[in-house]
Amino acid sequence: MPLQEIDNFSISYLQILDEHGNLDDELEPQLSDDELVRVYRSMVLAREADKRMLMLQRQGRIGTFAPCTGQEAAVCGPTLAMTKKDWFVCSFREMPGRLMRGETLLQVFLFYNGYEEGNTMPPSSRTLPIAIPVSSQIPHAVGIAYAMKYRGEKDSAAVVFFGDGGTSQGDFHEALNFASLWQAPVVFICQNNHWAISIPRNKQSRSKTLAQKAIAYDMPGIQVDGNDVLAMYKATREALDRAHAGDGPTLIEAVTYRLSMHTTADDPKKYRPEEEVQEWWKRDPVPRFRLYLERKNIWNAALQEDMETEIKSEVDAAVKEFEQITDFKPDAPFDYIFGSEHAEIEEQRAEFLAASEARLLNKEAADA
Amino acid sequence: MPKMNMVQALNLALDQEMSADDSVVVIGEDVGVDGGVFRVTDGLYDKYGEERVIDTPLAESTIYGSAIGMALAGLRPVAEMQFSGFAYFMLAQLESHASRFRSRTQGLWTVPLVVRMPYGGAVRALEHHSESREATFAHFPGVKVVIPSSPRNARALLTASIRDPDPVVFMEPKRSYRAFREEVPEAEETLEIGTAQVVQEGGDLTVVAWGAMIRPTLQAVVQVQEKRGVSIELIDLLTIAPMDGNRIVRSVEKTGRCVIVQEAPRSFGVASEIIARLNDKALLSLEAPVKRVTNYDVVTPYFGRELMYIPDVERISGAIEETLDF
Repeated sequence: MPLQEIDNFSISYLQILDEHGNLDDELEPQLSDDELVRVYRSMVLAREADKRMLMLQRQGRIGTFAPCTGQEAAVCGPTLAMTKKDWFVCSFREMPGRLMRGETLLQVFLFYNGYEEGNTMPPSSRTLPIAIPVSSQIPHAVGIAYAMKYRGEKDSAAVVFFGDGGTSQGDFHEALNFASLWQAPVVFICQNNHWAISIPRNKQSRSKTLAQKAIAYDMPGIQVDGNDVLAMYKATREALDRAHAGDGPTLIEAVTYRLSMHTTADDPKKYRPEEEVQEWWKRDPVPRFRLYLERKNIWNAALQEDMETEIKSEVDAAVKEFEQITDFKPDAPFDYIFGSEHAEIEEQRAEFLAASEARLLNKEAADA
Repeated sequence: MPKMNMVQALNLALDQEMSADDSVVVIGEDVGVDGGVFRVTDGLYDKYGEERVIDTPLAESTIYGSAIGMALAGLRPVAEMQFSGFAYFMLAQLESHASRFRSRTQGLWTVPLVVRMPYGGAVRALEHHSESREATFAHFPGVKVVIPSSPRNARALLTASIRDPDPVVFMEPKRSYRAFREEVPEAEETLEIGTAQVVQEGGDLTVVAWGAMIRPTLQAVVQVQEKRGVSIELIDLLTIAPMDGNRIVRSVEKTGRCVIVQEAPRSFGVASEIIARLNDKALLSLEAPVKRVTNYDVVTPYFGRELMYIPDVERISGAIEETLDF
């Protein structure tokens, strides 16, 4: 018997605003001026925060962090599409979105300076803390989405971010499978920034696109220009609409680029050609979007200057505030190990406090 | 009071908690239509429906990982690992997230999540179905590890675990699932997690055991008491972590002698931890070295040989007598 084709698949690519500023009028999302300016400001703020944090890190004033420079559109577009009822489940390179969700620069700085006090977005914010082990956060989003469906919260979905490297993890595949079976309201957003530390995208997977991994799980998958904030907004909005309507999950591949290092602990010059980086700077999402706003006559040089001044002083103020906080409770980790006290843990706390006291006395004696 | 085996008692705890609180859901492989391979979730699917008794694909990491998400979003999931031998797939989620959310966010976010898993040997099962690895889970700060030993305490501890605000690894000694019946009250009953239980008081020696080791240990205790006319205190640990070390210390301060019975391999285990506590707090009360009766540091043998390796009445009573005679 002849072979029969029983199904066939294709993957689409969405771009609305190209790298030269050309706009597809028909696909242009209808966003208010306020929304457009808000998302632009978030992108610029994140870029400025990255610059300042890199400086602080080099000066030893904060610890290691993962810059998001280059990926602002791929994070801010989806975040703009979300409401407070949707859940933001992120990896470790989504600071621009976290700030849009209400996290403060102070919290960001505290976190990157090694204090849990930076993780103070409460459950009511529906914004989970940063997850560091790659892709380990994806199953959480699926469970949250299940809970939303179970509770009948029809206008709530989970949006989860991860990278191109993350698509190689078992948790990614398991989670897509569960979400598909459960028709859970989840939007999976792959930040394909082309590099998983030193491993390029083409050594991560032979798949032509990462979006096509959706096909195996029978869910919509789309590749999007991740440096086009309008396209990222639109793709996420449509995915959220499907999720809210009970039509299940979507996988979005945001094609973007990590213009900076993986974290401040590595030097990308060792593993990737500088020409490639320069090519991607030409596709920088921030000036591209500014051009769009200027062409719409809602932005100009004066507004830009004012905003930059404002952002700079906002970052300055946050740095100043964060460096003034020094009274971190030394034994705080003992407070949060379990919901109730346990005798042995309290004994260890007493031992810890006695050792701290002794250290202090020794230091005072040495100083005297 | 009706007499029940451990499987029925666990089922009663799940049924009553699901009935009282619609945030309690059960999730795992074969937990629904099939009622669990050991029948612990039997009947729950018919009673509470597929949304609350969730038959999942075969993927332990995401069974547990999605249950973390459910817990973060306000549900109280009870996940099942079909056997503890397959729970290693979920270890990353337990260590990286479930155990850490409370600390990571200074108490803002918590993970009230129970994972049940049958563990332990002596049921003539295939490889990976007979291990006793409680120490692995107990080594993660922020995780509670509970091991019942009888139908009645299994029911009370599972109820307490479901109501607990923290992640609980609830290890069920499968050898004890149907080994005996006990009266279990219909009315709700809980036992405090983190508290060991004195099964019987005695003045001459303390024996500490948990899980499936309680029954052979009790037999050995009775034998030695009758033979030697001594009185032996038997402590059932019930919670592995956080450990009720002070209960053991108080007992050994009284008896001066201690034997620990552990189904798991000898090294880096719970027995070692108990000895460390006695060293810290009861060393000067000891009249004899503390003795461990354990499995050996070998890969769990196939069931053809396993009974030669798991502590039995003879080895336990021998160790008690040696410690009395020291």
